Amino acid sequence: MNNTHNLQLDHNGRLRHFLTIEGLSQQLLTEILNTAAGFTGVTERSVKKVPLCRGKVVVNLFFETSTRTRTTFELAAKRLSADVLNFNAGISATTKGETLLDTLRNLEAMHCDMFVVRHEASGAAHFFAQHAAPNVSILNAGDGRHSHPTQAMLDMFTIRQHKGDFTNLKVAIVGDIQHSRVARSQILALNTLGVPEIRLVGPRTLIPAAAESLGVKIYYDLCAGIQDVDVIIMLRLQKERMATGLLPSEHEYFRLFGLTQERLRYAHPNAIVMHPGPINRGVEMSSEVADGSSSVILQQVSYGIAVRMAIIAMALGNNEAIS
Amino acid sequence: MNNINIWQDSQSINTVVANMAIELRAVLNAKHIENPIIVGIHTGGIWVAQSLYKLLQLQTTLGILDIAFYRDDFTKIGLHPVVRPSQLPEDIDERHIILVDDILHTGRTIRAALNALFDYGRPSSVLLAVLAARNGRELPIAPDIVGWHANIPSQQYLKLTGPHPLQLIIT
Amino acid sequence: MNTLSNTKIPNTVSILNGRLQDPANRIDQIVDIHVADGTVAAIGKPPADFTPDLVIDATNLITIPGIIDVGVCLREPGQEYKADIASETNAAATAGITTLCCLPNTCPVIDTPSVVELIKQRAETAAKARVLPIGALTRNLDGEHLSEMAALRDAGCIAVSNGNSPIRNTLVERRALEYAATFNLTCLLQPLDHALRDHGCVHEGKISAKLGLPGILEAAETVALAKSLVLAEQIGTKVHFHTLSTAQATAMLGGSQYTNAQISAGVAIHNLHLTEEHIGEFNSNCHVIPPLRTEVDRAGLRTAVADGRIAIICSDHQPHDPDAKTNPFPNTAPGISGLETLLSLTLDLVHTKVLDLNTAIERITWGPARSLNLPYGRLNVGAVADVCIFDPNAIWQVNTNKFRSRGHNSPFHNWRLPGQVQWTLLAGRVVFKRS
Repeated sequence: MNNTHNLQLDHNGRLRHFLTIEGLSQQLLTEILNTAAGFTGVTERSVKKVPLCRGKVVVNLFFETSTRTRTTFELAAKRLSADVLNFNAGISATTKGETLLDTLRNLEAMHCDMFVVRHEASGAAHFFAQHAAPNVSILNAGDGRHSHPTQAMLDMFTIRQHKGDFTNLKVAIVGDIQHSRVARSQILALNTLGVPEIRLVGPRTLIPAAAESLGVKIYYDLCAGIQDVDVIIMLRLQKERMATGLLPSEHEYFRLFGLTQERLRYAHPNAIVMHPGPINRGVEMSSEVADGSSSVILQQVSYGIAVRMAIIAMALGNNEAIS
Repeated sequence: MNNINIWQDSQSINTVVANMAIELRAVLNAKHIENPIIVGIHTGGIWVAQSLYKLLQLQTTLGILDIAFYRDDFTKIGLHPVVRPSQLPEDIDERHIILVDDILHTGRTIRAALNALFDYGRPSSVLLAVLAARNGRELPIAPDIVGWHANIPSQQYLKLTGPHPLQLIIT
Repeated sequence: MNTLSNTKIPNTVSILNGRLQDPANRIDQIVDIHVADGTVAAIGKPPADFTPDLVIDATNLITIPGIIDVGVCLREPGQEYKADIASETNAAATAGITTLCCLPNTCPVIDTPSVVELIKQRAETAAKARVLPIGALTRNLDGEHLSEMAALRDAGCIAVSNGNSPIRNTLVERRALEYAATFNLTCLLQPLDHALRDHGCVHEGKISAKLGLPGILEAAETVALAKSLVLAEQIGTKVHFHTLSTAQATAMLGGSQYTNAQISAGVAIHNLHLTEEHIGEFNSNCHVIPPLRTEVDRAGLRTAVADGRIAIICSDHQPHDPDAKTNPFPNTAPGISGLETLLSLTLDLVHTKVLDLNTAIERITWGPARSLNLPYGRLNVGAVADVCIFDPNAIWQVNTNKFRSRGHNSPFHNWRLPGQVQWTLLAGRVVFKRS
């Protein structure tokens, strides 16, 4: 059987690929956060890069288009002095009938060191990691509905910057949990870091079956769900959820689950509001909240670079250490 | 494991650091350097830098430099598992820097530290102060202020432990 | 079966000292079997003047009717890069399977007599196992236009089915069942509601929640089953539900309310052994439709097999080329190459006391024969001498790389299983002998 634990870690238990939060220890997650803290200063200097990964080649292998995420990975890799290739696989390879494995082998033949992979199928990152050459690291930038671990780690970093400690927090994740790889990774990370209460809030159509098995409480009412919480994570609502009959309208969604200033009062007075972006203003939250004093949404974006630098550097260093 | 020998205890370290401060003051005066920035290298360098900082009664806050991102052994051993943020007090452009480390051995740490420093700006000058300079240099780097010169067998390591008490040990 | 007699073969065989398990005739005893001209000539004492050309010493071995595997994919014609009739019938022979009822999802689909003829010819040439085609219920399996079922029956199809692509339109299903009933053809249905399936690839539950894989609601099976049960009852069609996966579905079977219809049901052997947990971290060999479900479902299916509501255990054999499984989980082709583990996995249920030996053997021999009205699966005097002789005490380790089937896609790799086939006889002729 293929075991994630072994797949992601080298024989010394250090990060080799980064595919999912599942199976990673609290110690390792904390190491990622600490390393990321070391990188935050870099972006504020006159020279905004370090020579750590000089000579390394990082390939952004995106089978799903996403300018935003791709850009943050590109910037993170460049600030580590790695060379970055952007390979828009959705257009160039698969449409010509090349298999995923062919694509991987071709790029490996160019002596690349890391693939940052985004794919619409859950399990795609594991697939690449299982088939990658020994000196190649796979970094999951989102696979289907399964996992988006770097986003989860930057969210954890943001929470730690504001709350310091995880072990006395109440965190609510609001919205389309069912289709969210971000939410799945956040739940795993929050649980691993010792958050005692994680709540999922949304209508039944957007909460996965057997969600309780993930170690969360389910709420169908926003105000009850965010009552006294320290952190509110709003998820993005895709327009296609209306088309596929999971929701009647954006209007009704906002009326029931949109975060407004009035509703925010149910949360702890020092609660922070997060969102992985891009925000649909007036659907997931009001502009008042998005731009308000509780919002840390733009900090998430800044921290995203440092966190991704940390993960790239840790994985790149370790894959070379093996060979 | 190797035997651990205490080479210098905290009392003699304090004495030597005090002498280093006196020597440093003289060098600064001779070079007409006013208001320098003192920067310690993680972790032992910071302890030495803190002592010097107190003795010299400098105005600017103490700088802290972590060189994990500038090491030349990344491709061999990966990223150092403990990375701490570097903190330089202010703009270091056109400023005089006193770089402080505990042990000068191969010179690679100082090479990395100089690279790191220059990514923060362009200092006017950099002085290097080390508690102990041992044999085994691999790069053309020489200290300006030295507590001890040590000649120990190449397979042994000289290490500063601390912060309370500071001890130089040989392993 | 002309080709069978073309080769030089022993015409008479005696199987001595074996333990005969013949559930159809309620026999479980150590007794000799004598075969002549492809049929069972005598049980016990040989007929007068009987001289065996071949004597098989079956001491400490169990003799059962040749296994009947309902609903297999042989991939020929059209997907010979995955497998073909020669390779798969050979695999069947080594596994004690003498009759394969193959699904119509070939390319072209089994919707014309010429495809039926082709398959029968290929099987006769290979001469390793009997292949009984199941014809298409709708033309090209399009779910809209009825196939020429009378012609298919006349060509030799033993049932009709829409294979793994259930009919979406209920009215078409009604017409198809009615038309099949005209010719007393059994309809093999896979209960899976297309809309409720909604691109799902695993059971909707803990694993789908954790891995973010699109789930298949339990009701995708039970809704389709309920609909088809009611239709079959009203129309009076013989229906066999191919592979059930939920405990709920088994609860809906066996009710006396369906008196007008002749209903039977089957289960894939892997659903009696595996649950969604076996998917682990995206093990694509556990990608099957219907999906692996929960412990509760597995327990329910096992009970239904034990009490007879499920009459057939099948391998749900779907051999694949390596590429078909070399992809992220949802993009892989579903299915397991199951022929060579069917008997041992069934016997394993005897070892773990889920089934008694007689019931276990019944579900892979007489169960399929009576459900589909096949003249096989029993070993009384005069019956076709399809025989499987196995060593119940042999424990072997599954090595998919050594499969005779061209499909090596199996989640049972490295499993240690009981029961090893020593001899397989197809109509009295030795088609497999372990060396």
